[in-house]
Amino acid sequence: MLELRVKKRFAGRPDSSPFSLDIEFRAGAGVTVLFGPSGSGKTLTLEAIAGFVAPEEGRILLDDEILFDAASRVNLPARARHCGYVFQNYALFPHMTLRQNLAFAAERRPRLERHRKVNEMLERFHLTDAAGRRPHELSGGQKQRCSIARALIGAPRLLLLDEPAHGLDAPLRAEFYDLLRQVRAEFAIPTVLVTHDLDECFELGDEMLILREGRLVQSGPPRVIAERPANVEVARLLGIFNLLQADILELNPQLNLSRLRVGGFELAGPYFPGRFRGDHVWLCVRPDQLAATGRNGAPGANQVPAQLVRVVEMPQSARLEFAGEMRVEMPRAEYEKQKQNKEWVVGFPQQALRVL
Amino acid sequence: MPVDWFPLWLSLKVALIATALSLIVGLWLAYLLAHRRFRGMEVLDAATALPLVLPPTVLGYYLLVVFGRQAALGRFYEWVTGSPLVFTWQAAVLAAMFHAVPLLVIFARAAFESVDRNYERAARNLGASNWRVFWKVTLPLTRRSILAAAILAFARSLGDFGITIMIAGNIPGRTQTMAVAIYDAVESGNGALARTLVVIVSVLAVVILSLANRLVARQAAS
Repeated sequence: MLELRVKKRFAGRPDSSPFSLDIEFRAGAGVTVLFGPSGSGKTLTLEAIAGFVAPEEGRILLDDEILFDAASRVNLPARARHCGYVFQNYALFPHMTLRQNLAFAAERRPRLERHRKVNEMLERFHLTDAAGRRPHELSGGQKQRCSIARALIGAPRLLLLDEPAHGLDAPLRAEFYDLLRQVRAEFAIPTVLVTHDLDECFELGDEMLILREGRLVQSGPPRVIAERPANVEVARLLGIFNLLQADILELNPQLNLSRLRVGGFELAGPYFPGRFRGDHVWLCVRPDQLAATGRNGAPGANQVPAQLVRVVEMPQSARLEFAGEMRVEMPRAEYEKQKQNKEWVVGFPQQALRVL
Repeated sequence: MPVDWFPLWLSLKVALIATALSLIVGLWLAYLLAHRRFRGMEVLDAATALPLVLPPTVLGYYLLVVFGRQAALGRFYEWVTGSPLVFTWQAAVLAAMFHAVPLLVIFARAAFESVDRNYERAARNLGASNWRVFWKVTLPLTRRSILAAAILAFARSLGDFGITIMIAGNIPGRTQTMAVAIYDAVESGNGALARTLVVIVSVLAVVILSLANRLVARQAAS
């Protein structure tokens, strides 16, 4: 279990605006994903945990051991923290072979055990054949496996990964996800993963923390966050929602009903607890929850006429982009049936509507 | 005409020892300046570059003051080694170091700062002490630049005249290095000897320079 509460400030410089990190969270077993845009303080948080940078305030606890505590002036050096760290560019020592890279990391283990442990890790991560090669002679997948093996060989109590899949092509990415799932199953240590890739959060994350400008804006399991973003900010960061400005015209808790005005049209939605009539809100709905169909006479209930701007055909689905920042996603087969439509209406399923 | 080879051997000996000692001092200073943030850093930074801008005779004068037989450091040296420092070949080593150390600090510092700091972080993260990080990661990653710098420092050490003449003097067979011997030969009207010595030094300099260049080029290629 990792518990962390840290603050760190950076004064503005001519080439950078001032930045402050102020964050608090716990990370238990499983994979905790730190998600956020670049410059949100994800990597800085990881570096504070590893002991590469010292925060100004707060404390960091790992399994009840104090790694850092500003109040009692405890600041364990990086070498004593026993955190495995996988760097964004892997940082494999270029002047050492793969085997030497692992041996360097195994130095902590008893002498007799070292050699055996290195061989065991080489085998486990399918690196035995490449053991004599230097990093620049390795494939991307081998480098990745080596960096994870090197981080794990010293039996760390925590695994920290800084955008490990950044810049990898799709097959390598899939390989990496499998590898990390294997690691999670076999090593069972808490893992903190930094990424700005949303797919990665869903692939690997048990818990997800969303950072923005050095602050935590929402946390929870990825699927829950995707269902219920806490506010417009989070919804924007996730980038998977339609966000439409709306006014609440009517709220009826008895019938679980509401009426909204969206761009000149009225829609029926569920009752929104804690909202008032006349509130100006953001309607938040995922593109796959909307239904786009051909217009047949007057629009039906909860349908809005819309002007198609662009279609992006993806391998399994099609994304229809309508005027007014509205996107609808539908399966390819469905799109094939609909593609002849000249005029469109977009249907808003009543119970899928959420406001922020 | 028989050439007295003593000045050449003395110069080589002095330069070699000065380079070895300068490596220890220079790499340590360079590492401090490249990695640590401490008070007085700017002062140290300026102090290491000072010998490059001060006239050698001025440096020599300072050293004479500090290491003279009446001065505290001079007496300390005499107490430790049993003989005075000034006007010995060891003083020539000290003189040469004042050329070699600043050069090494400048080059080694640039080399240390060019190392991707994630390598050093990775090493510390894997449990390595600062000492081990330096020997196993930082130094191997910069060894060619540092070797090239050491060669230049060696060449520079060979050529000192100003500081050497101030604190080691011009004692033939004892403290007369190449540079001093050339001056001495010209001074005493021995043009033939001066020419011979000049040619030897020039050839040596060209060989050393090409060696350093080749090392740097290979570093850049790898």
